[in-house]
Order: sequence, then structure tokens, then C-alpha cells
Amino acid sequence: MLENRSIMRREGILDQVAMPAEPSSVALRTLPPEARFVLRLGAGDATRNGSIAGLSLALPINRFGADASRLATRLGPDEWLLIGPDADAETMHADAARALAGTHHALVDISHRNVGMELSGRAAAVILNAGCPLDLGDRQFPPGSATRTLLGKAEVVLFRLADVPDRLGVAVPHYRIECWRSFARYVHGYLAGAAAEYAAVRN
Amino acid sequence: MTTAFRLPKGGRIDRTKPIVVRFNGREVPAFQGDTAASALLANGIHFVGRSFKYHRPRGIMSHGSEEPNALLDVDRGGNRREPNNRATVVEAFDGLALKSQNHWPSLTFDVGEINDRLGAIFVAGFYYKTFMWPPKFWTSVYEPIIRRAAGLGQAPTAPDPDRYAQRHAHAEVLVVGAGPAGIAAALVASEDPNKRVILCDEQAEPGGALLHDVTSEIDGVPTSAWVKAAIETLDARENVTILPRTTAFGYFNHNHVALAERITDHLRVPLTGLPRERLWQVRAGRVILATGAHERPLVFADNDRPGIMLAESLRCFVNRYAVLPGRQIVIATTGASAYRAAIDLKAAGASVTVVDLRLEGDCGTELVAAVHAGVEVLTNHTVIGSHGRQRVTGLIVAKLDGNGAVGAPRVLACDCAGMSGGWTPAVHLFSQSRGKLRFDSGLDAFVPGASVQAETSAGSCRGVYDLAATIADGAKAAGGSRAVAASPTYTSFQPARIMPAPPGQKPVKAFVDFQNDVTAKDIKLAVAEGFTSIEHVKRYTTTGMATDQGKTSNMNALGLLAGQLATEIPAVGTTTFRLPYTPVTFGTFAGPNRGDLFDPARVTPIHDWAVANGAKFEDVGLWKRAWYFPARDETMHQAVARETKAVRTSAGIFDASTLGKIEVTGADAAEFMNRIYTNAWTKLEVGRCRYGLMLKEDGYVFDDGVAARLSPTLFHVTTTTGGAPRVLAHMEDFLQTEWPDLKVFLTSITEQWAVIAVQGRRAREMIAPLIEDIALDDAAFPHMAVRTGHIAGVPCRLFRVSFTGELGFEINVPADYGQAVWEAVYESGRRFDVTPYGTEAMHVLRAEKGYIIVGQETDGTVTPDDLGLSGLVGKAKRDFVGKRSLVRPDVVATGRKQLVGLRTGDLSLILDEGAQIVADPNQTVPMKMIGHVTSSYMSANIGRSIALALVVDGRRRMNERLHVTTPNGFAQATVVEPVFLDPEGVRLHA
Repeated sequence: MLENRSIMRREGILDQVAMPAEPSSVALRTLPPEARFVLRLGAGDATRNGSIAGLSLALPINRFGADASRLATRLGPDEWLLIGPDADAETMHADAARALAGTHHALVDISHRNVGMELSGRAAAVILNAGCPLDLGDRQFPPGSATRTLLGKAEVVLFRLADVPDRLGVAVPHYRIECWRSFARYVHGYLAGAAAEYAAVRN
Repeated sequence: MTTAFRLPKGGRIDRTKPIVVRFNGREVPAFQGDTAASALLANGIHFVGRSFKYHRPRGIMSHGSEEPNALLDVDRGGNRREPNNRATVVEAFDGLALKSQNHWPSLTFDVGEINDRLGAIFVAGFYYKTFMWPPKFWTSVYEPIIRRAAGLGQAPTAPDPDRYAQRHAHAEVLVVGAGPAGIAAALVASEDPNKRVILCDEQAEPGGALLHDVTSEIDGVPTSAWVKAAIETLDARENVTILPRTTAFGYFNHNHVALAERITDHLRVPLTGLPRERLWQVRAGRVILATGAHERPLVFADNDRPGIMLAESLRCFVNRYAVLPGRQIVIATTGASAYRAAIDLKAAGASVTVVDLRLEGDCGTELVAAVHAGVEVLTNHTVIGSHGRQRVTGLIVAKLDGNGAVGAPRVLACDCAGMSGGWTPAVHLFSQSRGKLRFDSGLDAFVPGASVQAETSAGSCRGVYDLAATIADGAKAAGGSRAVAASPTYTSFQPARIMPAPPGQKPVKAFVDFQNDVTAKDIKLAVAEGFTSIEHVKRYTTTGMATDQGKTSNMNALGLLAGQLATEIPAVGTTTFRLPYTPVTFGTFAGPNRGDLFDPARVTPIHDWAVANGAKFEDVGLWKRAWYFPARDETMHQAVARETKAVRTSAGIFDASTLGKIEVTGADAAEFMNRIYTNAWTKLEVGRCRYGLMLKEDGYVFDDGVAARLSPTLFHVTTTTGGAPRVLAHMEDFLQTEWPDLKVFLTSITEQWAVIAVQGRRAREMIAPLIEDIALDDAAFPHMAVRTGHIAGVPCRLFRVSFTGELGFEINVPADYGQAVWEAVYESGRRFDVTPYGTEAMHVLRAEKGYIIVGQETDGTVTPDDLGLSGLVGKAKRDFVGKRSLVRPDVVATGRKQLVGLRTGDLSLILDEGAQIVADPNQTVPMKMIGHVTSSYMSANIGRSIALALVVDGRRRMNERLHVTTPNGFAQATVVEPVFLDPEGVRLHA
């Protein structure tokens, strides 16, 4: 039946949500469906394994490593979040399961549990700080950082990706926000609301 | 009306931008840069409101946020109306509409003014003394009248059209107050580009008191030039954030300081999208408080007449706003700083007399300077009263003789008066930071003692008043030094609690707290009646309890109290300063948390289908759950009857996605399950499910649900919807703290899986066409089994379980496929007339079968046996959470409430959930209550109402007739088994 899978499209909870007006100083985008796994593994076992599914686990807590398409984040002493393209879901799972066979671990598919968004722009950090109490300063939360935190009343995982050029070609901060599916409209609405003042227009 | 009191030049107003504001409908010409107060004063308007209790005419007293009197109703247009705005901090713009408050029918003629004549009645403790008897009158008569009479202004009724924002910010240094000390601190602190510095100030522009100092110089340049250069330097530094119009109003632990930024109130037409205000929550490495000082009024009879203002405020209006508050001005003072005001007013063209309580020999260089400037000075004089009702017309002054006796009074005519009783450092935020205050008798003020947080006070908020010293103090607070040469500041004063008055002066109103109308006499009365603690006097007289929190009045009240008690101020102590420093709008606190963002509205993957199909929703925790699906104009009752019948006769489809789900993984998963649940799990075969009860350590039911064993080391656990987070936390708690040796990991998968429950005798036929890789027949896939495979091409975990008592399946599919699979199943079920049902029908269906709902049949005091579920408690198990509590004497004793069914005598009567149950309705009150109804519904399938209840010794009362409270008296109900339908369970295997 696997061949049928391609005919069933993943329907994201934000598919119908539109960003009202895109302010120049910030861009908020919803991300396409992706493959995600929670990996729980003893720290010692992680060190022994080195890398899994092409992703290095040897990361300090609250840092992530990424290649062109995949990303591994260490969220705690024994917890990683792995993210890759939707099409890689089965290979990522199989690779990881093979590497970890015989080791006490949990590898749980949460591809559909989480929803991803990206926020970039000069004002991105202050928009996040509308609901996130963390210090997002360049030195305190530099690119490569990732942590579980709050946005308003929702739990999110916040990633500081590499800076990207904005419309004017200036390098600006770039964040990824992951939240649970049912919170996605709230999180998106919260960010869009906070971004509204950067789209302020003269009456 | 002309702007007769506007000076031809000077001030910080923008004369190129003339504007018109309205006051009580009258046009008041002004300029951009004016406040409401300066605009009114420029037009000769002093009388702007009526006082709180006595309805006395009141004017503008101050120039800043400490203003106690001039509280106006402000209408910024478009339903932006707000009462109780301080005229001194409202920035004027064209079209701004101001109204006076607390009078009827008009400001100049007010019926409530009678209160002033009845002053002898409205003494301290008036409410407590007058409205004592009869007690019943308090709620029915007194309180409503008092509430109508009390309070200032009218709350707006229209919804607030503005949006409000919030922001968290982090800084190495937060500087509160952008006067000379704050600016100096920010300059030093921000020299290191790695230090993020936030400089906030409540005023529209930085500069503090320097904004109205036109004579002093700093390092050879005027103060305004010094401020401008300093702000330009700060502005150019990337690491500095300057926040004007931003009040630091709360200081919490860990240098967490709350700021209220006012963003659009000063704009006639704000940009669309801008929030009106923003709440900042700053976490600072170090906080530097440079919050300045407040001038004290003088306490003398009728010191509250419109036109009597603080001396420094006169100076501010003339210098900063180019407004002459009067042409003939008398300034009463006990200190030096008022002379600076007198000199500036004189220079602006007013005739000025200074009345100084001090002896000539006690005065400093200010005296010579004033006389030289042409100011008349009367030293060794007191003020004993004033003339004028709606505007001061004269001050009554008298010379003191060598023994301090008051000489013959004489009246100095004036159209405006100043008063200055010295200075009080603004220690509010320091006090909020839990720092202890220290009384400095040289300064006659409380000043910050030892800091308890990473905080430093600088400048006049700790009694450093001299300009050069203030700047040096600010720099020092930031860890540096800055020596400047600056004009000397007149700083000394002689404390006076109450101005000397002739003995036997008839009863007078000498105001201490202007906003709450507390007089010196009230303080004396409180002492006479036995109040000695400042906290008690404060509450008895209400001094310092108004929205200005006694910024101008506290020291005078303390001094008076100390004098009455014949003690010193340190022995009296001071009251506690609380947030907010100045009033903060509700909108600022609410921020974006309203409307759709008030709380996250969690929606399931099938939510949009339910919306499209007309579902009514109910809130379950944060979830929106489909409650029922009314067809056309059905009532809820009709819809639920139809839905429940459909499930029992053919098939229903239900969105159970909100069920909590946890994956329990690891070699010790079964052992972990065994310890968490009451029943046995180690022998559960792979591919089978089991219903489990979970207790807390107290032995009471905590949660329940079905768990499936997918492999020897993998369980798919379900919890109640509301219990999902706390069950995971409970499990993690035990795993991490009690059983760290178990090889188990827990992962929430609640939102990974959409859950579609298909229930009814047609359930199997409905899903069969969509499934190829799972055998569905009863033998291969019995009740309480689980299989993995695919449905409609999508991977699924298929449970054969039932919460209805019918043949049923729960289809778990990855969430993004949830709605598509739901639609496929629904389509497949149309030939059986499959009916979508909501949570209400689900509740009825399970109650017909006597299945409990944790949180409805349980309330945190219910054991498994109370529910008749002792069979689920593994007697042979060595241990599980809550096991030991199940043998507690009170748990094993008889007389516990047990779950039973109730059948009402009246078939159509639906008992109230929560209704109390008694055995004998004719006993005397208070009756002995023996239980309560936990669930109650009309059951269309049974054709009568049904109810579940917890009743004392309920299982021994079968067929007993009990009595249940209803809104119309008692109803009879018979105790029955808590299973109303298919007790043998044959339907499960249809």
C-alpha cells in the first residue's frame, strides 16, 4: 500500500493561514511538511555513536548541527530533535534505527506532531521577544543555538539559523520556530500580531 | 479666550505648530509640545476639577507625574476616552478633548460642594463610624450610595479600539530616569559596546529637570545643549536603547523591571499597526535608579485653591512651556530652591514676592540673588491661609516674633501662588526592590539604604541635589567618574510639617493629601483615636492611598504623625511602596492576550471539517472539541438524541484526536507500566490493549485510559484529554526521581496522531474497504486488540476499543492525514448513514454503559473501589503508585461514597450534576447529605433520563429510594447498578 502514500498529501494546519501584510523589516513563513524524530539516548551512548542518519550528535546542549537538508538539535542531556525533508522520513528512521540497534534509546516519529515556521528580518528578535522571555542577543543566542522555550502561552523550540540577506541584501537574523500542531495557529497569530507594528502604515 | 499667559518667546514648544484642544467644549489654543496643563495655564485656566471627597475647586498643582489634583477625562477620538488622566502628563495635540470631573451639574456650580460645608461630618474613619447600623443596610443602602458618590470620572463603556504590545528585553544596565544623573550613568555604562544599556524616562523627551532649567550651565554650556549633546552621543551608540514616554513602574526579584511605554497617546493620527502602549519586561544585570525627587507642598489652611502650585512647577511652566502661571505671584517656602523659581518668574515679567519661614540668617546666597533680581522677600514669615474660591486671590501671611509666635495677619494679593516645603527623593522603585530605606535627618528624607539587588541609586533620588554632584553621582553609579563644572543649585530647606498658625484658629482645611482630601486635622484625629502605626493611620485616614500614592503628601503626613506622637520620623517609619509607580492601563497588562490570542485555541486535524459541517464546539482545557452536530434547526437535545441513537443502531464517527498519547519505550517499559498503573501489564501480549487506572500516591484515581503493547518494548498509552500534560509529568517525575534505573523513555505523541473513532455495529464494514493489510474479523482482531497497517494508503495504528459499548475502532493516523482519512471513512460510511457525533453524545453513550470519566465521576478523593473497579487493582503486584494508600483505615472503612446509577421517578427529569442526595427529605435542616450526582443525561436509547452518583455505601443501597435536590424541591430516585444498557457487553462483539 505504500505506493498510495504519494497520493495522500500532508495537510498542514497552517495551509489556510495567510500572512496579512508582509512588512519590509520582517518575513514570517510557514514551512512545508517535514520529517521529524525525537531521539532519546544516554549521553554516553550518543558519544559512542558519534553521528546518526548523517547527523552528528556530539553537540553541546542547546546547539544544533545542520547540513544542507537535515538538522539535529540537542535539547537536553539525553534528548535530540532530528529534522529532515519529508521524503527522507523512512530512510532517516531506518538509518537511525540501524545505528542504534541494541542500544537503549527511543526514536519516535513526530513528523506530524510539530509544525515549523521561519522568521527573519532586522526586527525578528524583538518580534520573538514579544512573547519569548529569553535573551536573544547575538552573543547570548548566536546562530547555531536552539532551545525549548515559551512564546506567549505556547511551548516552542526556537532555532537561530544562519543569518540571511533581506530584501536589501543586508544580513539579518533568521529563526526557526517549531511548535506542536494544535498550537500552530496561535503561535503564527502571535508572531503576525507582533510583526504588525513593523508594517505600520500612515493613515 | 486668548492665550494671554503665553510668553512671546522661549520654551520647548513648537510655535510653528499651533493646535487647538478643547476643555469642557471650549477651544483652547496651544502649541505642539504643550501638555494639557500648560495649554490650560497658557489660557489662564487654573480651575480644572473638583476634589474627591469635599468637591472643592482644584487646579493644577504640579508639572509632572506626581499631580494629585488635575485629573481630567481625556478623549483622543475614536472611542479613545479615558478618565483620570493627569493634565500634567497628557501631551496636547490638535483636537484633543479634555473634560473636568467629579461635579454636577457643572464645574463652576457643583451640588456636591455641600460636602465641603459638612466637613465636620466627613472626618477620618467617616465610613466606619457612620454606616455601622443597622448591619443589613451596608449592602443594600450604604454601599450603593457610597459607590455612586465616590470615585472619580466615568469608566469608558466602548471596547478599547487599540492594540497593546509586550516585549521582553535584556540589558547589562537599565537606567531609570533620564535627568542629569541618569544621562551621566548611561553615558558611562554604554562606553563598553558590549554592554547593552536601556535608558528610560517617563517624559516625552530626556533631560528630566534640566528641561526647565534655562539658567544653569554645565561645563560652560547651557544645560539644554549639554543634554542634546549627551543624547546624540547615546543615540549614536548601537548598544543604547533610549525609551522616552516610558515609566518604570514595577521592580521585582532578579532585577526584573516592568516598564510601560506610551507609543501613540501623543499622536493625533497614529500609524495603523502601532500599538498604543507596550509593556516591557526588562531583565537587567544592573539597575541604576535616577528617579529624581518630588517637591513637598506646604500645609496651611486652604492650601488647595486653584492657582496654588508647587514652586518648581511654576518654574517649569514658565521655562519649558513659556507659560506665565500668573502675573502677581506669591511664593511661600521653607527652603532655597523656590528662589530659583521666583527669579525665573520675575525674569519672565511677573511680580514676585517670596514668603520664607526661615530667618534671614538661615538663608544662603539665594536671598541676595532674588533681591538683586527684583523679587520682594519676606523672611521669618508664615502662611496661615488663602483667599479665593475658584482661584486664589491672596495669601494670608504673618510675621513670626522672636519666640516663634505668629504676628498680625495680612493679605498679599496674588493671582497665583507657589509653595515649597523642600524635597522628597523618589525612592519608590528602590523600595519595591526590597531595599530598606534609611532616614537622613540632614536631608529630612528617607533615602536608599543598602541595596538588596544589583541596583544603585544616583542623584536626587538619594538626596544628591546639586547639579554637578548629581552628574558625578550618576557616572559613579555606572562604575566611572565624570567631574563637571556646573552652576550651583539652591538645595537647603528647613522642614516644616505644618505652617505656624495663630492659636485658636477656627477649624480649617489644611490639606496633606490633596487627591484623597486628607487634612492635617484628620491625621491629628487619627492619633487622638489611638492610631499610632503609620500603616494604620494611612488606612484610617486614606492618606497616601490615592492613585498618586502620596508622592507629594507622604513626608508631610509622616512628619505630622511624628509630631503628634512626640517622636521622630524614623520611629514612625514609612509605608510600603507598591507598584505601579504611576497608573498603568489594563491594556498594557493584557497586551496581545485577548480575542483569538487570549489563550491558545488548540484545534484538531479534523477541526476544519467539523466547522464546515456545522459543529458546535465546547472548550475542553485549551482544546476546541466538536460538541454536537446540529442538523438544520435542531436543538442540542435533539441533535444528541439523534447522534446517540445512530451509534447504537448503525454507526457513528467521532474525533478523539485530543486524547493524550504517550509512547513508553525501552527494555523496562512493561515494568514501568506495572508500577504506574494499578493493574498488571507485564503479561500483556503484543498486539493487545488494556484499560488501566492510575493513582497518585494518596491512592485516589488520577487518570485512566487504554494502553496498547506494540512490541515487547513499546507501549502506546492513551490518557484523558485534560490529563495528558500532567500524566506525562507524573510519569517523568517517577521515572527520573524514583526509578532512574529503569530503561524507559517517554515521548508525547498526542499530536502526532489524529484519532478517528468509528463506533456501532457497522463499524467494521465501514472501514474494511479502506484497509488491505489488517484482518478485521472478530477472531483475528478481537476486542481490545491493536494492529498496525494502512488505511486509505496511510500508515495507521488501529485499535479495537470502545467507549460506547458498541463494536468500535479507533483509527490513529499521522495528524496531517487526519482530515483526509476522516473524509474517506465518512464517505465509506454513508451507505450506513454514518453519523458524526460530538462530545456530548460521547458522554451520554459512555454513561449508558456506566463508563466513568476521570474528573466527572472522580474528584481527587475517589478510590478504585469507590468506583467499583477494585478488580483493576493488582492484588498480587508487589507495588504500584498509590498501593500503600489503599489500605489506609479511612480507605478500607465502610461509609465511603460508591458509584451507583440513579433512576428518577419522573422519566423525563434530568437531575442536576452536582445535586446533593439525602435519604430522608423530611429531616431537619441542616440535612445529612449522603452523596451527589456526578453525571446526568437524557438517554434516547433507553427512553428515560439516567444518572450516575456517588452515594455513601451506595452498593448496599440497591433499589433504595433516595431524594435528590432540584431547583423545585426534592425528586425521588432509585439506586440501581451503574450500567443502564447491555450489561452483558454483547454489543462489543457485534
